[in-house]
Amino acid sequence: MKTFATAGAPHLPAPVAVRRVMHDVLLALLPGIAVQLWAFGAGLAIQLALAVASALAIEALALRLRGREAARALGDGSALVTAVLFALCIAPLAPWWIAPVAMLVAIGLVKQIYGGLGYNLFNPAMAGYAVVLLAFPRLVAQWPGAAVDLATAARTIFGATPTAQWDSIASATPLDALRQLAAQGQRLPEIGAAALFRHSRPEVWTWAAGAWLLGGGYLLWRRVIGWQAPVGVIAAVCLLTLPFWLLDAERHPSPLQHLASGGLMFAAWFVVTDPVSGCTSPRGRLLFGAGVAVLTLAIRRWGHIPDGIAFAVLLMNAAAPLLDRMTRPRIYGHGRHG
Amino acid sequence: MEAAPGRFKGRAGGAYNRSMSLYRIHGGLVLAVPPRASASGAVRPCPLPPRLYLPLVDERGALLHCRTAVGKHVRRGEPLPLGADEAATALPAPAAGRIVAIEPRTLARADGAEAPHLVLEPQAGDEAAPLPPLRDWRDADPALLRRRLAEAGLIGLGGAGFPTARKLARGAATLIVNGAECEPYITCDEALLRERAAEVVAGAEILARTAGADTIVLALEDRMYAAADAVRAALADDSAIRLELVPTVYPQGGERQLIELLCGREVPSGGWPADIGIVVHNVATAAAAWRAVVQGEALTTRLVSLGGRGVREPGVFEVRLGTPVEALVAAGGGYTPDAARLIVGGPLMGSALPHDGVALTRTSNAVLVLGSEDLRTPAPELPCIRCGDCADACPARLQPQELLRRLRGGDDAGAAALGLADCIECGCCAVACPSQIPLVQHYRDAKSRLATAAAQRARADLARTRFLARNQRLAREQAEKVARVAARREALAQEQSTASAAAAAGEAAPAAASRMDKSAVLAAIARGKAKRTQNAAPPPREDEA
Repeated sequence: MKTFATAGAPHLPAPVAVRRVMHDVLLALLPGIAVQLWAFGAGLAIQLALAVASALAIEALALRLRGREAARALGDGSALVTAVLFALCIAPLAPWWIAPVAMLVAIGLVKQIYGGLGYNLFNPAMAGYAVVLLAFPRLVAQWPGAAVDLATAARTIFGATPTAQWDSIASATPLDALRQLAAQGQRLPEIGAAALFRHSRPEVWTWAAGAWLLGGGYLLWRRVIGWQAPVGVIAAVCLLTLPFWLLDAERHPSPLQHLASGGLMFAAWFVVTDPVSGCTSPRGRLLFGAGVAVLTLAIRRWGHIPDGIAFAVLLMNAAAPLLDRMTRPRIYGHGRHG
Repeated sequence: MEAAPGRFKGRAGGAYNRSMSLYRIHGGLVLAVPPRASASGAVRPCPLPPRLYLPLVDERGALLHCRTAVGKHVRRGEPLPLGADEAATALPAPAAGRIVAIEPRTLARADGAEAPHLVLEPQAGDEAAPLPPLRDWRDADPALLRRRLAEAGLIGLGGAGFPTARKLARGAATLIVNGAECEPYITCDEALLRERAAEVVAGAEILARTAGADTIVLALEDRMYAAADAVRAALADDSAIRLELVPTVYPQGGERQLIELLCGREVPSGGWPADIGIVVHNVATAAAAWRAVVQGEALTTRLVSLGGRGVREPGVFEVRLGTPVEALVAAGGGYTPDAARLIVGGPLMGSALPHDGVALTRTSNAVLVLGSEDLRTPAPELPCIRCGDCADACPARLQPQELLRRLRGGDDAGAAALGLADCIECGCCAVACPSQIPLVQHYRDAKSRLATAAAQRARADLARTRFLARNQRLAREQAEKVARVAARREALAQEQSTASAAAAAGEAAPAAASRMDKSAVLAAIARGKAKRTQNAAPPPREDEA
């Protein structure tokens, strides 16, 4: 009689690992990173290095304090993804200490204190970004008007460039320009011709939006993300802005302009799709995406900051458990009989 | 994601329905069909082993009491005398021979439980005890057909093992004959259809007659080309049977999923298919019904697929019931050095066995010996990232990640409120989980915890009812006693007053009266003593409440 080791069913090998999911996300971010490097220079590379290094260090420290094995949790790649997403949100020439501060909030407070991967209520990257955006609004929103070489970027980031020179490097983002000029009572055709708006290089942001769309398509194809959340964002933006644009195209940007400016596309594919802090039911995801879009547009229209995606995401994070509860699918055999 | 044997290829999501007549079902997994690890060749006989072992448990795991004296001779097909009532499904002797012992052995179950088994030593000749054939079954009374199916020992051969006659007793308008193998590696139904399609078709008609069904659907997987051809050849031009090819998506061979796919209807939660006028039987059950009714043969064999890298010559074998697994593996050429896990059933829902001395029963449709590379590695469980892959894969449309969160928090009742009871334990969630969490194991454990708690509650309720009834009875008896004493005292007082009146009247009476009083008192004392000794017995324990 031959004996065997037993185990519970199912006996099939498991297919995808969390780590592979995270690596797919990083791969999908590459086109967008390339566009930003080309448009704004090497500052982004330094920010990426700073954010990744501090995120991993803080994650390791937090795990140690919690008495967990650090190597395995670091290997899942989630801290890496948080760091990269954050670095892509801030202006590439922000001071060196911004990233560690934000990562302390993102990894230390928002993620590890709640119990680590899978237990955080809020999106860590967005929480970290929101904190530095509120605390140091000027420092994280100074986007360079042209590509900056590595030496200049390093000097600026590590504080060797006097703050007085900043204005010569920085320029408004298209959203900032639009806001300022619209506040002066200008109409869209005039704004489009204005020097301030043209210097904000709207075409670069459009390119970036295209790159995020490309990466998102890859994630969709790899089945890393579902279609519901991004479609929720895009559909809500189109539905909300189309009527206004049709009524008065001189005062209201088109849906495409909305999607191509700011971080909406980035958020639609890489932030709103975060499984941990978002919804899990299919209809919940659709509503979650739509909610982020509605809040973002509301902040763009009435808020005091040019782009409020981080706040929109955090607010929807808080609403996600409720949405999940309200959108549970009908279980087989319940309700519809026969 | 290459097509390694039995490996997960992707989510299904209902996109694979090619036939327009099918309905969409939720979830499921597309699993690669192993190339060589399960055979598609002809059915081979498994030699009769020197001893057969018959577990004395019914389909719910309850023990059967066997009245057979050890040493009794039986003929093949003769019902073994079980203590159950006459209407229950019989357990036919799988071979002619002598019952040599009743001994505890391991059951083909995941929990590795033991139960008494009858040990049957087959003898040369294998003399059969046939039942009278019912060739005119088309005009037979359904009750008679049901009795025949029970006599022949028919239970669901697809795996669940529900007694066939009982399943048919409620009647149904639609009969679904299930030829869609539920899990990869299992090919016994396909082999049966390929080689004995006519038996299945005739058996389906018998089952339909028994259930009173006027619609018969025979469901096959769309990859079973040869089996479908064989069925088409066996079907008469005017046959009432509709052949449907369903997509090869796990778990579409599951009863509830098949009903949804073919009829677009759902079995109510906690109910049975008969509640919506449908009855589902496995193709092997149909063939066995034909043998029982038309040939008068009791169920003594079944087809078992033997597969996996751990076996030298995988194949489909006709196995005598009660054959130990080791005899089947020997018929398949023995183990390869890679044999790592022994499973009865499929790779998703099958039970891992601790050794190969376990006997095959009527519900054993497959024996798998998996190699180490086809096994789930005991990888460390990572945290749930709520990706929802499990929810996408769940055919019951549950939210497995929410159930898990409740169960990890110790909230069994919360999980039950989210539909834990509707989990069919198919294991799709655990296979789809990127964090390698064995979700379905948590659900199985929680279900058995809840069942145990419910049983305990029922026992406690019963004890409480008994306790209250006893208290009421005691109170009533006490009240009656008080009333009796009061009545007697009154009677006595009346008697005394009459006696004193008599004493006043004459002198002779008092002595006799006092003697009479004394004897009455003594009798009362004796009665009281007797009652006290009776009450001294310990009162029934109520602490189990």
